[in-house]
Amino acid sequence: MDTESTYSGYSHYSGHSKKAHRQGSRDRHKSPRSKDGSRSEKSVTIQTPPAEPLLGNDASRTEEGQDDNWGETTTAITGTSEHSISQEDIARISKDLEDSVGLDCKRYLGLTVAAVLGLLVFLTPIAFILLPQILWRDDLEPCGTVCEGLFISVAFKLLILLIGTWALFFRQPKADIPRVFVFRALLLVLIFLFVFSYWLFYGVRILDSKDTNYQGIVQYAVSLVDALLFIHYLAIVLLELRQLQPMFTVKVVRSTDGESRYYSLGHLSIQRAALVVLENYYRDFPVYNPALLTASKSRAAKHMAGLKVYNVDGPGNNASGQSRAMIAAAARRRDSSHNELYYEEADHERRVKKRRARLVVAVEEAFTHIKRLQTEEQQKAPGEMMDSREAAQAIFPSMARALQKYLRTTRQQQYHSMESILQHLSFCITNNMTPKAFLERYLSPGPTLQYDRDRWFSKQWTLVSEEAVTSGLQDGIVFVLKCLDFSLVANVKKIPFIKLSEEFIDPKSHKFVLRLQSETSV
Amino acid sequence: MLCDSSVPPTAFRSVSQPSYLQQRIEIHKLRQGDNLILGFSIGGGIDQDPTQNPFSEDKTDKGIYVTRVTEGGPAEIAGLQIGDKIMQVNGWDMTMVTHDQARKRLTKRNEEVVRLLVTRQSLQKAVQQSMMS
Repeated sequence: MDTESTYSGYSHYSGHSKKAHRQGSRDRHKSPRSKDGSRSEKSVTIQTPPAEPLLGNDASRTEEGQDDNWGETTTAITGTSEHSISQEDIARISKDLEDSVGLDCKRYLGLTVAAVLGLLVFLTPIAFILLPQILWRDDLEPCGTVCEGLFISVAFKLLILLIGTWALFFRQPKADIPRVFVFRALLLVLIFLFVFSYWLFYGVRILDSKDTNYQGIVQYAVSLVDALLFIHYLAIVLLELRQLQPMFTVKVVRSTDGESRYYSLGHLSIQRAALVVLENYYRDFPVYNPALLTASKSRAAKHMAGLKVYNVDGPGNNASGQSRAMIAAAARRRDSSHNELYYEEADHERRVKKRRARLVVAVEEAFTHIKRLQTEEQQKAPGEMMDSREAAQAIFPSMARALQKYLRTTRQQQYHSMESILQHLSFCITNNMTPKAFLERYLSPGPTLQYDRDRWFSKQWTLVSEEAVTSGLQDGIVFVLKCLDFSLVANVKKIPFIKLSEEFIDPKSHKFVLRLQSETSV
Repeated sequence: MLCDSSVPPTAFRSVSQPSYLQQRIEIHKLRQGDNLILGFSIGGGIDQDPTQNPFSEDKTDKGIYVTRVTEGGPAEIAGLQIGDKIMQVNGWDMTMVTHDQARKRLTKRNEEVVRLLVTRQSLQKAVQQSMMS
């Protein structure tokens, strides 16, 4: 896509060419890498139309059978017809394919390097202790009590190091970031140099000269383990603690409808800040609904449609002059589209409120038909007993029409299939929820996480930034997270330096007088 | 003894204001039962809130003002008007006294006549007009 070439070279695509390892020391040991099949950036994003009709052939419906299929009104999802793929989808598929192959290799390379290094580092102290025993056992001085005490200390310190490493690093990678994580790479390099220098010293001074002072050798191994524990402490501080204190506030605005949120961040690199923003996006922002945008697009089309430009001075196409003339003419024209917008919105509000009232009443009435049986009543039940799924199916038809109409009016119908509604209904019945609690999910659009994955519209993200993505956050930085349908613009501001001073007030110093104006006659 | 308002006020030089802005009023108290009354009400004082005084020009003025004059009472007969600021009573200063002190100075039981030194805004305007014409 051409527009991305105007940004600096530190955008997503340049990540293809360079670097060795990407993820750094996330796993120091061979961790069981769970291949989560639904890793978001690998799933194919062809939009198939929702195939489940809500009310078409349901035999249990007894009311007037005039309703359409549930999913038929979704025109915003596919570009053309049901069975062809639009240009957008082709772009999506090709992008997915080319990215997924490259990314996996790099990610696995980084992980294996880190794992191998970790294993090596872990086995080094053990090797230091065992090698003299293996190679020149007879020459060694006997190991006294102090030396054997050191064995115990080495063992426990290694155990602590193992547990700490497991706690800190053995986590599922939750994201794939474009550039290497600087601190992790730094730590890996540090560990490598450190262990290398220890081995060098060991090789030259102990192995070559066949030192017989075994206690000294064991103490040398203990010092290595101590230093590794300190490096682990450094890792905790650099990777976890440093960004906890909030220093920046990020304002994130969605480009299509202006939804905005604020987040507090500490000292992070831009890519990590982008990760935080995305994690919070799925939870905080209401789901992206392309059906809601059509109104403003049609209005925008109408604004410019009424004007035509004729060139009376002969050929010579002055394009910029034409467009400026159009803008000036449009500004001067008295159009009443604001009136239209106002009345349309007021009308829509009224309709939504009416449908909502009908829906609430229908659901409340439906819920009154269900009663939970207590355990002692279950033996002598009057009617047939149903589990929650059957109960849900029994009361669903009475509220289905009202619910469908409401979802159509608020343009949410493609987000809820009949199956999902039934499931939610049985879930609510099982957990003793009131009708209002059941409706909470449908009355207003919720965060993206609430819906099915294939309704998300946003799985593959691109970080666009003018600064290098591994540089830290500064005041005034702007970066954009693009996905195919919309983008999130993030604006970073520094939290101001606060000068706080104290003032002591003696509790006894609160004294008051009355303000009077009395009048006395003399 | 009545004070004729058409006669220019007598001269008695006061420290705070030029003499022609002040007026001397002599009130003879009226005996009503056990009390001697003067027939007006006062407001103000250094312990009161000066911003609520409707008669003062300067809302930080904590002086004693005449807030009401009873009809036909000794004060009205002597020429005291509503809104007058009382500067002195029988020689005692009334510009920096509390409300209660002012009341006491006016209602001394053994005095039958009180001589007040008052000032009012209309006096100032009258003098200015006469100076201009």
